[in-house]
Formats: sequence, structure tokens, C-alpha cells
Amino acid sequence: MTGSDPLRLYRTVRLIRRFEERAIELVRAGQIVGGIHPYLGQEGIAAGVCAALDREDLVTGTHRGHGHVLAKGADPARMLAELCGRVTGLNRGRGGSMHAADFGVGVLGANAIVGAAGAILTGAVWERRRRGADIVGVTFFGDGAVNEGMLLEAFNLAALWRVPVLFVCENNGYATTMPVEGAVAGTIAGRAAAFGMPAVAVDGQDPEAVREVTAAAVARMRAGGGPELVEARTYRFDAHHTFEHQVRLDYRPPEEVAEGRSRDPVDIAGARLDPAVRAEVDAAVEAELDAAVEYALAGPHPDPATALDHLYASGLTARTGGG
Amino acid sequence: MPRLSYRRALTRALADEMARDESVVVLGEDIRVAAANVTTGLLKKFGPERVRDTPLSEQAFTSFATGAALAGARPVVEFQIPSLLFLVFEQIVNHAHKFPLMTGGQCAVPVTYVVPGSGSRTGWAGQHSDHPYALFAHVGVTTVVPATPADAYGLLVSAIRCDDPVVVFAPAGALDLRADVTDLTPVPLGRGIVRRPGADVTVVAVGHLVHDALAVAEELAGQASVEVFDPRTLYPFDWDGLFESVSRTGRLVVVDDGNRSCGIAGEIIATVVERVRLAAPPRRVTRPDGAVLPFAPALDRAVQPGRDQLTAAIQLTLKDG
Repeated sequence: MTGSDPLRLYRTVRLIRRFEERAIELVRAGQIVGGIHPYLGQEGIAAGVCAALDREDLVTGTHRGHGHVLAKGADPARMLAELCGRVTGLNRGRGGSMHAADFGVGVLGANAIVGAAGAILTGAVWERRRRGADIVGVTFFGDGAVNEGMLLEAFNLAALWRVPVLFVCENNGYATTMPVEGAVAGTIAGRAAAFGMPAVAVDGQDPEAVREVTAAAVARMRAGGGPELVEARTYRFDAHHTFEHQVRLDYRPPEEVAEGRSRDPVDIAGARLDPAVRAEVDAAVEAELDAAVEYALAGPHPDPATALDHLYASGLTARTGGG
Repeated sequence: MPRLSYRRALTRALADEMARDESVVVLGEDIRVAAANVTTGLLKKFGPERVRDTPLSEQAFTSFATGAALAGARPVVEFQIPSLLFLVFEQIVNHAHKFPLMTGGQCAVPVTYVVPGSGSRTGWAGQHSDHPYALFAHVGVTTVVPATPADAYGLLVSAIRCDDPVVVFAPAGALDLRADVTDLTPVPLGRGIVRRPGADVTVVAVGHLVHDALAVAEELAGQASVEVFDPRTLYPFDWDGLFESVSRTGRLVVVDDGNRSCGIAGEIIATVVERVRLAAPPRRVTRPDGAVLPFAPALDRAVQPGRDQLTAAIQLTLKDG
């Protein structure tokens, strides 16, 4: 665990921001098929949380998961190659945006089923600790997930067995288009209280504030404490998914969007740096992403003959579908 | 020669693998007291860390097992009721099964799901009597249905050692079997066995129905020479073993305790007729389409494949062509 490091936080937030903007360009250019769920506006959460973790700690992300993977330390070039479906991608082009994983840096995958990853992460942390590793885990999920029974079962299991998992709810106000007020009875923190878990709400637009609450929770968990919940209040700056760039859905009032966008984690983190330093970081991030785009687009496409590679870890081969 | 019950064979397999490999852990409901009479003695021998009694949170503990497997464990998850597999189908199929491919080979998910008492237990009615092995074959999850105590031991051991998720259906209709077992040894996944050699017709029987097929074959011995093929693993299926049998007999009947539409019997017949020219149309004996087992014992029996139906199907196949 590291202490306050404004430069590192800003760099991570800026990297995710520009990564997402570059990815949207690649969606528009047809290089990323299937679109993405942009993390724009929520960068401070992944950056702040992961700044309080060690490399060996485990995380799971969501369908809006690029930020989690990058903040935990995955190589942006291989991440972008994955989004472009190349064999040089993190998952060899088999996972794409919603399943990007990098076990080498403790990312057990973005997971596209809402609320599903909590129990998986709990089991993984439990097993690593059974083997003597002093690790903790973080599972990210959105406000929509707090109504999934599977996640509430995971709260119970983690609390019951005192598995040190930080449940991080990224409350951006909407589950796709459904506002929190239309979906959540009670409160998000109240769900944690029901399982005896400490819960704290934090300004998700401020990466330093997120880092502080995470570091405190992680310290308690490493000292033998059970799971905790952080509700990071945030705002999604862009679409739920890039398909909305073609089909405008009317569910967020323009004034609300303008107000939400006014609290930008990039600016909040950037204001803590000397402008010259900030400009250096920006240039370095830009250079890294230029190289990442080049790397991603240069990577070979997978051979269709390998479509079922990795289906079975045991080496079993499946029958093909032809006549 | 020691007599071994099917249930104790499962117990022995769990105990042997737990003793052999620290990464094996067992999870499930009421397993500390062995409510299903399979995890007997494990808590005392291996302790609560490795024998984890769970709350009634099937989805969470199934995915907990997935996560533990991602981190190096070989969890065995026990379900007391076959229909619970419907509740955790998402966790098994969408996560445990898909992780290796979706991550481009970064991980393995060696979890074993064991169901002691699949199919009808007579009187347990609609929500406790399903036999959904074909669902797992359909999605490509390794699926085994041992028919004998020796196979119950050997297939469960192989399932635990397999690097993929494996579902082990232990049919209620086989749980009380006892057999002389001289040699407890792993049974390879994906390998069927000819239980009774014959020349006129191959009967493929799944799980406990192997014993019905053997009884019918014996009854018909004066009229026909019936070969009984026990696939043991439904996915991956031992196609070569079955082709060898059917190529000799030229006739095929399948008896399967699953529902008829999209059942494993349909898959077996389709695959055989794609490859082997039969002397007569193949037949299958299954549960009806969309079967829900009714409560009253006579109704329960009425929708399960019976020996009379199997006898009739064999006789028709022998008469045709």
C-alpha cells in the first residue's frame, strides 16, 4: 500500500480518460467491433481504489471495466489490442471489452453479468489466503448490481466467513437507463449494514478521497477485519454503451448531464499538480497511447481455425459444427 | 472381497483425493453432518476449512468455488437436490465453463459438482426429481453418470483431477447399489464400457438404467443377443466405443432418464446414424417431452423409462429392417 501520490493518481486518471477516448475513436473507425461501455467520468474510482492495493491483491471488474484493468496495472497496449480482437491482446482476442483479464496483475476479469463477480472474487481471495498469501480483494460493481440476489448472497458469504473483500459500488445514478430512485428500495449502504459490513460513501470524482477510504478499509482488512463496502458516487459522462452514439436515448436531462460533467476527476486530480508537471504527464500518456494504438492495430487477427482454442483447460477438443 | 456401496464409493473418492491433494476442498449444504450420506467423516478428518458447510446460497457458493478454483483450489460442490442445478446453471455455464476461453487460456476452473440422488427418489415430486444431464452436455460441460460403485469412485476421482468443470450425476436409482470391488482406481473420463457383449442390438443405457438394460438383456437372452453399452461420460462421449459396438450389431436402442426433446438419446442416435449404416431404424426410451414428475408413485414411475418400454423398443428394432 502506498500513501498519497497525486502524480500517480493523476497519471492513472488521465491514462484511463484518454484510453477511453481513443477506444471510442477506434469504435467509430470500425476497429473495435461490438462497441464499448465507456468509463468516462468514473476514472477516479478505479484509480483511487487500485492506488491502495498491492500487485498481488485481486480485483474483478464490470462490463464498464477498462478502468479497473488499467488501474490495476495491465499494459494499455495489450488491453487495446484485446479490444481490437487481436492475438496480441490480453486475452488473445477471445474476451474483448467486457471480459478483459490479466491474471498476472491480479485482474480476474471484467465480468459482463451484473453482480456475478462478487462471489467469484470472494472465493479467489479465500483460497489465496488459505494458501498463506496476505492479500485482499476488490470487486467493482454498479448501482444496478445491488438488486441482484447473487451479489447479496456474496455479501453474506464474505461477511459470514470474514473474507477480506472490499465491495466497491460505483453509483453513477443509472443502471443502463434506470435511475437509482426507480430501482433501489432502501439504500446501498443499508444493504451492507444488513450483513454487518461497515459501509462508507465517498465522492467518486475525487481519486484522492477514494484512495483514502480504500486505504483505510484495506488496512482494517489486512489487520484481520472482514469485508467492507464503499459506495463511490459518480457520474457517467458518456453513453451507457457506444450504441447510444447512434441511437440517442432520452433518460438524462441535459442540465443533469452538464452538472455531472462539471465535476471531472481529471481536473480534480490535475489541479493538485503543478501545470508544467501536468503537461508532462499528459504528453507522456499521449505518447504511450500513440504506441498502444499502433501496437493494437499491428497485431495479427486470430486464425479462425483456432476459434475453440482454450475452451478446455484439460486439453479436451470439442467436435466441430460442420457436416 | 470388500462390498462397497455406491454412496461409500463417493465418500472414499472424496476422502482419498482430499488426503492426496491439499487443494481439494468440499462445499455444500449440511455436508458437516453428511445429510446426503456422502461426506461422512470428512469434517472430522479434514476440518472445517476444507469441509465448508454453506448457507442456502447456491449461486454464491457455486461461484465461490469458481473463484477458489481460479486461485488454485480443486473444489467439490455437493448439491443435495438435482433441480438446484437449474438455480446455478448460470454460475456454472456462464462463468466456470467460459472463463478459460474468454481469458484466452489464462486460467483453469477445476470444479466438480456432485449430485448424490439425481433423478427420481420416488415421492419427492416435481421440484426434486429432475435428471438434467443433457443440459450440461449441450453446453459442453463434462458430464458423468456413473452406474456402479466402482465407477462412482473412479469417475469422481477423475472429475476432481480434471482441469475443467465436471458435473457428476449420481442417480438416486443407483445410490443403494452394493458391489464387490477389488480395485478402486480412477476411471478415465470420456470412456464407455460394454457391460454385456451381444451380437444383435446395442442398447445404450445411462446411469442407473444400465442395470435395467442388463436385466432386460438377460430376460431376452433366449430371443436375442443384446449388447449393453454404458457410456459413463455423456460429454465428452465415447463415440469411437459406441461406433465399434453398433458397427457389429447394426441396431441401436437408447434408454435415457432425460426428457425426450433435445435429450442425450436424440444426440446419441443422431451421431450414430451420421456415421453408421444401421440395419433398422434406431429407437429411444426416455421420459416424455417436458416431463414434470408427478407426486403419486404410480405417476412418478409412469414417466420414467421402464423395462417394459425398453423390451418393446428392442423387439421392434429387431423386427424392423
